[in-house]
Amino acid sequence: MSDHILLPEGSLEKQTTTLNLGPTHPATHGVFQNILEMDGERILKATSTVGYIHRAFEKIAERKPLYQITPLTDRLNYCSSPINNMGWHITCEKLLGLSLPKRVDYLRVIIMELARISDHLICNSIVGVDTGAFTGFLYVMQYRELIYEIYEEICGSRLTTNIGRIGGFERNFTNAAFEKLEKFLAEYPKTLKEFDNLLRRNRIFMERTIGCGPISGERALNYGFTGPNLRAAGVDYDVRVHTPYSSYEDFNFTVPVGTTGDCYDRFLVRQDEMWQSIEIIKQAYQKVQEFKGAEAKVYHANAPAWYLPEKKDVYTKMEALIYHFKIVMGETEMPVGEVYQSVEGGNGELGFYLISDGGRTPYRLHFRRPCFIYYQAYPELIKGSMLSDAIITMSSLNLIAGELDA
Amino acid sequence: MALTNEIIKNRLVEKFGDVLTAWGEPYGMLTFTAPKEMNLRIIQFLFDDEELQFRFLTDLQAVHYPDNKGAQLAVVYHLHNLRDNVRIRFKVFTDIQNPDVFSATAVFAGANWMERETYDFYGVNFVGHPNLIRVLNVDEMDYFPMRKEYPVEEQTRVDKDDEMFGR
Repeated sequence: MSDHILLPEGSLEKQTTTLNLGPTHPATHGVFQNILEMDGERILKATSTVGYIHRAFEKIAERKPLYQITPLTDRLNYCSSPINNMGWHITCEKLLGLSLPKRVDYLRVIIMELARISDHLICNSIVGVDTGAFTGFLYVMQYRELIYEIYEEICGSRLTTNIGRIGGFERNFTNAAFEKLEKFLAEYPKTLKEFDNLLRRNRIFMERTIGCGPISGERALNYGFTGPNLRAAGVDYDVRVHTPYSSYEDFNFTVPVGTTGDCYDRFLVRQDEMWQSIEIIKQAYQKVQEFKGAEAKVYHANAPAWYLPEKKDVYTKMEALIYHFKIVMGETEMPVGEVYQSVEGGNGELGFYLISDGGRTPYRLHFRRPCFIYYQAYPELIKGSMLSDAIITMSSLNLIAGELDA
Repeated sequence: MALTNEIIKNRLVEKFGDVLTAWGEPYGMLTFTAPKEMNLRIIQFLFDDEELQFRFLTDLQAVHYPDNKGAQLAVVYHLHNLRDNVRIRFKVFTDIQNPDVFSATAVFAGANWMERETYDFYGVNFVGHPNLIRVLNVDEMDYFPMRKEYPVEEQTRVDKDDEMFGR
């Protein structure tokens, strides 16, 4: 939009308007502000302001023992909090040098892929809503509900899950959880197909999203994009493949890649990733069922010094009581060292950089939050576009305010 | 030929000599410390070198070591070579009285907000940054809250004091 001339502030001819998009605008799906300089419907300049829900998690984490930091990670990307929880557990396990039984890894994979589906589901259906197709959103929401019910069977909560513990899960998956999972695997693909049919080749949707908010692969890398947004720009970087964690190397899946990095490609990449996630869950569930005998009951590593024992054991067994006391009262010292571990979160590479100087709390903990890093590209993405396209660009980037502001 | 930590280390030593110190491989990630005046040159070299190609800035943050006189603040860079899938980490230490470190924004556009966040919480002054203002905290704040001199717990509360068990 180089043919637009910015006139001096206060001059009679000044035709641009300053528009505040946010902090609490319904279309931004979160608490953050964009100050837009508008010429009619076109955006000449955008300035992003974040930090409205900054909660100083990194500071708080410096006073918390490892197991108490898990609830903080819930609140980063709250659309897929199990991935954050698992990522944190995996980081701790790496620092402590724990190795996990395969069954625990596979159960984690099931939970993480469910979380990825629920995350992408929100994002894609919201893109639909913002382009004027409300129906799809209502179609798929019941399956997010079902995913939340599965979480509920496992950990007792739904949104901020605090699922699992360092070394495994707090309890074995119940039969009800597996039944719900089977129900999900049987019914969800049909609905996803239906949702796919509503939008994928929908002329209105395509016209709205193709060429909207594009970014080149090179530029995306330079901006530190990761996850679906980077893959939509044509770079096949996926932490699950590059640096497998939690036994992801045992699964067969493909990494969907786009070409232009626009809203439509981001939509397609997320959509295809959901299909891949279903495949991964099926494989993982199969592998879980293959365990027989005592192995089929394993749900945590044998690491008594770090794994919080089950409460009923604390009341009845001396060993468990001792370890419970040691963990809760901070008698166990973590090893000195620094560790960086990342997982493929709903929005990209979610990294944990943990520096330990011994003791029970981290010396420094930094969350690499993908949202925070790629949101800085937003003014560049929307420059010169229409206001309504800016809204779609924002929702297709899947900005989660909790992840922006740590 | 896959890029190994050994090759990267040799390449860097060959280029920069023995100013790079504290080599280590905690949990497999090559880590070293560089003088703070060198940070941008090292980043640029790692980016441009045909063999190394560290062209993705994974993360950038600071750490405060109050007892480390003259070098209280460390800025930590995590770089990633996506072609060979190798990560490295390097640190530069700076005096807290004069926390000037060159900005990496010229090489990585993504460094912009990461540096703003680091400035916001630790007060590292990134020289050459186009817009070094607070990003998460309020603009009026006149201190850097992640520094160790600001404890988390409220000073007046005695019931939360856990000096017996924690820090």
